[in-house]
Amino acid sequence: MNELERYAEVAGKDVIEHLRQLTTLLRGKRVIHVNSTREGGGVAEILGKLVPLMQQLGLDTTWEIITGSEDFFLCTKSFHNALQGNAIDIPELLLNVYEETNAQNAERLREKLEAADIVFIHDPQPAPLLKLCPNRNGKWIWRCHIDISRPHRPVWKYLQNYINDYDASIFSLADFSQPLPHDIFIVPPSIDPLSEKNIDIAEDEVASVYKEFGLDPELPIILQVSRFDRFKDPLGVIQAYKLAKKFTPSLQLVLAGGGAKDDPEGEVVLEEVRVAAADDPDIHILFLPPGADRTINALQRGADIVLQKSLREGFGLTVTEAMWKGKPVIGGDVGGIRLQVINHYTGFLVHAPEGAALRMRYLLSHRDKLQAMGHKAREFVRENFLITRLLRDYLSLMVVLIYGVEERIELG
Amino acid sequence: MQEEPNSQTILPFAVKDCVLIAIATGIRAQNLRELRDRLVTVRPGCIYYHFWGGLLLPRFEEPEFNNDFAAWARHGLHDYVLAERLAVIDPTDFPDIETLRQELIEVIEKRLYESEMVPWSKADQQFYFKRSKIVVFDTKKRIVEPKMLSNVLPALSVGSIFYHFIDARRRTPEGVDDFSAWLVAFGKKYANLCKEIGTIDLYFTTLSEIRQRLARLCTAHLEKEGS
Repeated sequence: MNELERYAEVAGKDVIEHLRQLTTLLRGKRVIHVNSTREGGGVAEILGKLVPLMQQLGLDTTWEIITGSEDFFLCTKSFHNALQGNAIDIPELLLNVYEETNAQNAERLREKLEAADIVFIHDPQPAPLLKLCPNRNGKWIWRCHIDISRPHRPVWKYLQNYINDYDASIFSLADFSQPLPHDIFIVPPSIDPLSEKNIDIAEDEVASVYKEFGLDPELPIILQVSRFDRFKDPLGVIQAYKLAKKFTPSLQLVLAGGGAKDDPEGEVVLEEVRVAAADDPDIHILFLPPGADRTINALQRGADIVLQKSLREGFGLTVTEAMWKGKPVIGGDVGGIRLQVINHYTGFLVHAPEGAALRMRYLLSHRDKLQAMGHKAREFVRENFLITRLLRDYLSLMVVLIYGVEERIELG
Repeated sequence: MQEEPNSQTILPFAVKDCVLIAIATGIRAQNLRELRDRLVTVRPGCIYYHFWGGLLLPRFEEPEFNNDFAAWARHGLHDYVLAERLAVIDPTDFPDIETLRQELIEVIEKRLYESEMVPWSKADQQFYFKRSKIVVFDTKKRIVEPKMLSNVLPALSVGSIFYHFIDARRRTPEGVDDFSAWLVAFGKKYANLCKEIGTIDLYFTTLSEIRQRLARLCTAHLEKEGS
């Protein structure tokens, strides 16, 4: 069975048929994705799946990486933080490294890029390549994976010089975008149902993970998977749990997450969480290493309810992952959580620990509702947030750009 | 006496499918007055998108509100009265987007007149105007005769239902769905079926419900015809 057939089993045969039909409109076109790493991070993870799927559909698709020095990545990491609102000014020296690195990569990639029909440039790292390919034939799309709704203006102004000339941009949500002089497509992120983090696993594997962490799978479990970050409100989660535990004394709470190397505050928050949880043996703080995807998968599958009580959130793919496992999600009423948690249908949107506690109590004492919401949550993800939908959106916008669609086009 | 048309000369029904791709316009509103002002000038495609686009884009099968303006009035502005007034607007009651636009503006103007202060939203709850592009493609499936409908309809994608049932009304001069337009060519035989198809609620429903109702109507009619 090839990958497409495996996806057909999960997403539905008609979905794959849809993709095949869209692909026929793109026959013979050469597509190139460019980013700055083949491993690590969400973008590489998506491309690692998307590119082979495009190839299996018969599209001539390749994935190119730009390489750079430590200073180059220091510069682009600063871009990343500044675009998300941190007031960081980037020294001229680093900007020079950024430009030179792109020029060197352009020397290596120019021929391929100029000949391609569609070029997807992911995030700011390779953004200057367009200006460095003056004889380009195809359409160039800048895919922004982060929220740049409130950027540090000087950095955005600098990068905008490179972005303006693209034929189109893609953002995950309209709220994340900036005005640009070309079409801005909205393509929400997605999860891969066949990845280690989401693939179906046997119940005994789930049980063994629970045993490993000293959790009792027979008793109710509330789970939040997230970095130890103030915006994820782990202290609020503990407060909510304590309120709910008064009515369900056997309740267990699992706070599972890792830290990020670029987040010195993570250690401080983790310590605060440990202090807040110290007097309760039913609170389990799991500091997981990178790549513990299968463990997270098992934890999500074994939980009764998943929380994502963020105070600020990008899209919140952990919400999608939990919903895919048939769990209702109690989420903060922020960012992309609002797009996924449909209040009272696939979970609850809350604004305070008290709200989260109230909804926990409700779901724990209405098991039928908990099951029904979980079922709806999974179907909602199947329809809207699987990688097959992402692929369909990419194919559609390629058709739109190649055929020059203004409002509508009828093909075939 | 008018002769019944020769069904062998009628072209088969070409089943098409479509996808919508959403585009951010960069236009947004943070309070009701801004929404009114933007509504006056946004392109017609925006109004169409915020009323109809949801049918084919990520949303729940049983949405609380059928159009994005009503949803924003409720969740962004927390103005329940306005949300209810906007929610009840049925775009099929209006001959074109411009009259629908006028109705929207009218409802909002009335609310602004009633309000002691202009309802506003938080910065992270602004209304973002979007529009869409539609790509239509031929599935190569053909319905040769009406009796095939009861088998074919349940298996159609929601994209096909959107194109032939929703988009058709904007696309065709008669403003009818493609199935009825095709059945009319077979003469009086299917006049009742066309009439019944015309009663399907297009708006306060979902594409899968439309598909279900269409299939049921066709099956019932064709069984009657066969008996």
